[in-house]
Amino acid sequence: MQIYLPIAEMTVNVFLILGMGGAVGFLSGLFGVGGGFLMTPLLMFIGVPPAVAVGTEANQIVASSVSGVLAHMRRGNVDFKMGAVLTVGGFAGSGLGVWLFSFLRSIGQVELVISLSYVVFLGFIGGFMLWESLPGVLQRKSGQAPISPEQRGAGRHTWIHGLPFKMRFNRSKLYISALLPLAVGFVVGILAAIMGVGGGFIMVPAMIYLIGMPTQVVIGTSLFQIIFVTANTTFLQATFNQTVDVLLALLLLLGGVIGAQIGARIAAKLKSEQLRSLLALIVLGVALRLAFDLIITPSDLFSIREALP
Amino acid sequence: MKAVVALLAAFLNAPAMAQTAPLVADVSEHMVAIRSDFAGQDVLLFGAIDAPGDIFVIVKGPPTPFVVNKKNRVGPIWINTEQTRFDDIPSFYHAATTRPAEEFVPEALATRFQVGLKNLRIEPEKASSEDATPFRDALMRLKVASGHYQPEIGSVQMMSDRLFRTNLHFPTNAPTGTYIVEVYLFRDGAVASAVIVPFIISKLGLGADITEFAKNYAAIYGLISIALAVAAGWAASAAFRRV
Repeated sequence: MQIYLPIAEMTVNVFLILGMGGAVGFLSGLFGVGGGFLMTPLLMFIGVPPAVAVGTEANQIVASSVSGVLAHMRRGNVDFKMGAVLTVGGFAGSGLGVWLFSFLRSIGQVELVISLSYVVFLGFIGGFMLWESLPGVLQRKSGQAPISPEQRGAGRHTWIHGLPFKMRFNRSKLYISALLPLAVGFVVGILAAIMGVGGGFIMVPAMIYLIGMPTQVVIGTSLFQIIFVTANTTFLQATFNQTVDVLLALLLLLGGVIGAQIGARIAAKLKSEQLRSLLALIVLGVALRLAFDLIITPSDLFSIREALP
Repeated sequence: MKAVVALLAAFLNAPAMAQTAPLVADVSEHMVAIRSDFAGQDVLLFGAIDAPGDIFVIVKGPPTPFVVNKKNRVGPIWINTEQTRFDDIPSFYHAATTRPAEEFVPEALATRFQVGLKNLRIEPEKASSEDATPFRDALMRLKVASGHYQPEIGSVQMMSDRLFRTNLHFPTNAPTGTYIVEVYLFRDGAVASAVIVPFIISKLGLGADITEFAKNYAAIYGLISIALAVAAGWAASAAFRRV
């Protein structure tokens, strides 16, 4: 069954979009990740213009984060105060990101920057995760608690603790400068707007290793702030670039929620080390694929686009 | 189709008509609607002439500015480094003739009326003519690849030297807007008559409403998109919690 997407201006097969939503939803349920980093390149791969892929995916992530955060809220795993501070930084960052996106689009470099961002961040994070899941590393860690306070830097005194505007975050048991989460939120906000992702895959490690938050509140708090940052991105992309295809987002959503539920149920039966190394391989695979496309000689050196008025 | 021919024959029998118009032409539909199930469409162009002659038809899509980028190697990766802008290029081009154009259209007229892709006027915005040639060729090639430009001149079928018809195909990705269909009657190497038929491709139904709304009320559209997403996320969570 074919359907015409009004903003993307293309005809697609409904079942292809539902299937993509389902497959990425399945993976995100399985691994507990947002899935934006898989969906945005996939949308571009089937011919959705990059600008529409990024804007629409931000809209879809709003939905998946809402359904995710509700589950974490029931268990009390959201630090709202930390989430609020991250969101403030994220708003400013995504604002700058959308502006940068418009600018890059006008000079014809937006695809390059999207691809480069993916290669750098996915390559780095995938490589790190794979290294961590290696048998030797696992054995060394197996006796320890998941991540000790020392490891996540809670007891460390560095220049970070000398920063002003200290705030107390009760849920995270932290007393740190508000500038730190503001900066983290800001940087991730920029990337989220440009890459069409929620940014969880950068936010989560930053929260653990940079801010020093306890692991059990990290996912919930990250999802909480992702809702607001992607909502802001959706609003700005829709307003200034007109690149949010609500029909496409709804179709992806429909497949996504079902896939995510199935994935989450299967994840409960698998070992977490297996999951981590599998996710690392997928992340690295996406990064390598995009890097390959940047490096090989393109089949056509020329490309054409409608000039913006 | 038979009804159309019968109708035309009736028209031709009207003596006043035959005397005043050497060429009449029309399309089977003046508007192609892009609805949510749009999968391309064929439109029939038909017409009649008062005495033997040759017909050529040119369909031009709404004029649009295009930018052509060229990638070059920078370090290990390929980056868009050169670009040329072309203003007001037909976004769609399709030509058809009763017999090969060289046989009845003189060179000068072929250039003037832009018969066939090789005669299509595509001028870069800045008049730096020489280095623009590869960009012009690329534009042409990519428009052909996208199905917007027809690489070969199509054929117009003539029936008993009076009635003619040709099929115009519009693919799924056909640009929206007002098209111009030009029909020329040639006799003895000169244009004996010409008719211009306007023609519109437009989004209609839900898709059109969404596009209009997204453009005119961009901020509200953004807010509605967010509200829909929040509602969908909440509904999904609520639905699966009970399972």
